Amino acid sequence: MTPLLSVRDIRKTYGAFVGCTDVSFDLYPGEVMGIVGESGSGKSTLLNCLAGHLAPDSGEVLFDTRAEGLRDTVTMSEPERRMLGRTDWAFVHQNPRDGLRMGVSAGGNVGERLMAVGARNYGAIRESATDWLGRVEIADNRIDDRPSAFSGGMQQRLQIARNLVTGPRLVFMDEPTGGLDVSVQARLLDLMRGLVREMGLSAIIVTHDLAVVRLLAHRLMVMKSGHVVEAGLTDQVLDDPQHAYTQLLVSSVLQV
Amino acid sequence: MTDYNFAYLDEQTKRMIRRAILKGVAIPGYQVPFASREMPMPYGWGTGGVQVSAACLTPDDTFKVIDQGADDTTNAVSIRKFFERTAQVATTEHTREASVIQTRHRIPEEPLGEDQILVYQVPIPEPLRFLEPRETETRKMHSLEEYGLMHVKLYEDIARHGHIATSYAYPVKVEGRYVMDPSPIPKFDNPKLEMAAIQLFGAGREQRIYAIPPYTKVVSLDFEDHPFEPSKADHPCDLCGADHTYLDEVIVDDAGGRMFVCSDTDYCAGRQAAGHRGRLSEEDAA
Repeated sequence: MTPLLSVRDIRKTYGAFVGCTDVSFDLYPGEVMGIVGESGSGKSTLLNCLAGHLAPDSGEVLFDTRAEGLRDTVTMSEPERRMLGRTDWAFVHQNPRDGLRMGVSAGGNVGERLMAVGARNYGAIRESATDWLGRVEIADNRIDDRPSAFSGGMQQRLQIARNLVTGPRLVFMDEPTGGLDVSVQARLLDLMRGLVREMGLSAIIVTHDLAVVRLLAHRLMVMKSGHVVEAGLTDQVLDDPQHAYTQLLVSSVLQV
Repeated sequence: MTDYNFAYLDEQTKRMIRRAILKGVAIPGYQVPFASREMPMPYGWGTGGVQVSAACLTPDDTFKVIDQGADDTTNAVSIRKFFERTAQVATTEHTREASVIQTRHRIPEEPLGEDQILVYQVPIPEPLRFLEPRETETRKMHSLEEYGLMHVKLYEDIARHGHIATSYAYPVKVEGRYVMDPSPIPKFDNPKLEMAAIQLFGAGREQRIYAIPPYTKVVSLDFEDHPFEPSKADHPCDLCGADHTYLDEVIVDDAGGRMFVCSDTDYCAGRQAAGHRGRLSEEDAA
């Protein structure tokens, strides 16, 4: 079976400071991978390298493109990479303000990706925007409201709808539940789990919240100081942590 | 008056601007950066257009300036005077007699010919600006031909108003490649952008020049189910009776009285001289 994404020895430094180094893994279709670690451990650097937002210093990010099979996205041309970014990839930012156009209505936000790949029929765009707002539990009558009139949880759900409307195969998520209160988080997680199953998405989720990966991720990578210190099945890593840092991480979760 | 070089700008500056114009003509719709000079008038008064006109004028040219279609408004009068003083070129109010026409917000009703140059004053040359504030990003979008965002603006219009409510500065695609802001001309004028004359656009504050060569294909963006429609006030001109021109609405009293007149004053005057009459024409004028 061909992996959807195959990462080989990714390294990114900021001057003398190491962002992340020696990261390699394979992600198979339908698989959800969690990346956990404390602030500054290189999780976001890694995710941005994978999603093409940052250029890694060395290493390969091979993606199984529809047309040509495995291609290195680091060396492919920028138009091709940006095309992937609006079709087969999706990126959910921690702060919905980074991923949404705040001055454009909810429907326009969802429709933008469709128009970016050439949809030119207003009725059809409107219809799929309505459909997707429904799927992320946003009422029909909010379609012409701007995201600035939405609550934090609704903004995050809108961002997810906007990303999934073109039917991507790989979703990058950077702390998707950060900044939301626990009950809204629970609802969002439930929704994301449903969408991932239903659409057969693969996803890479960066978070510092172990509960999120426990719920969503099949596999887990633990990062510290730019290195992957432990990797394995989520339940295995969380229930039987081997590395001292993972043990610390697991034991520092507050129990209610 | 010999204190000024011909047409105010020094020869090196005019040369630099001509280079930008040539590049703009070679790549229709592409915004060419140029080192815009300070002009003796405020930004927003046509500093870009004036610089392009200065670079195009020769002593034999006849110059015309239009402001919102009219020859006799402040902006038009002052720019016309400016070139009368600094270039001593002949000026005219008649579209047909002019070889260089500087315009703000209108294309003359009279079709232009191959021996004419139309210079536009442009406030904001970037059509994507209000949706994407980053210049680095908009440049990349132009270079990679990523124009989905332009349709988001039109989508927003339909979602909010039920139809494409953008009525001026309506975005166009030039020669199937670059999306361009035609400067704030009414969308009624958009079909006229395919013409025999060369069209040059100058944005002084934003330091950009772009161009549409003669007979270039210019398509107004739209949706399949909401096609582009050039619109105008649904009246004939009250002075010359024309029903095919772009009209200004003028409030004439405080009891709701109003009249519609051609915004192109030269065209309207020409029709009146030829005997056409509208609703409010004085009977003895003939």
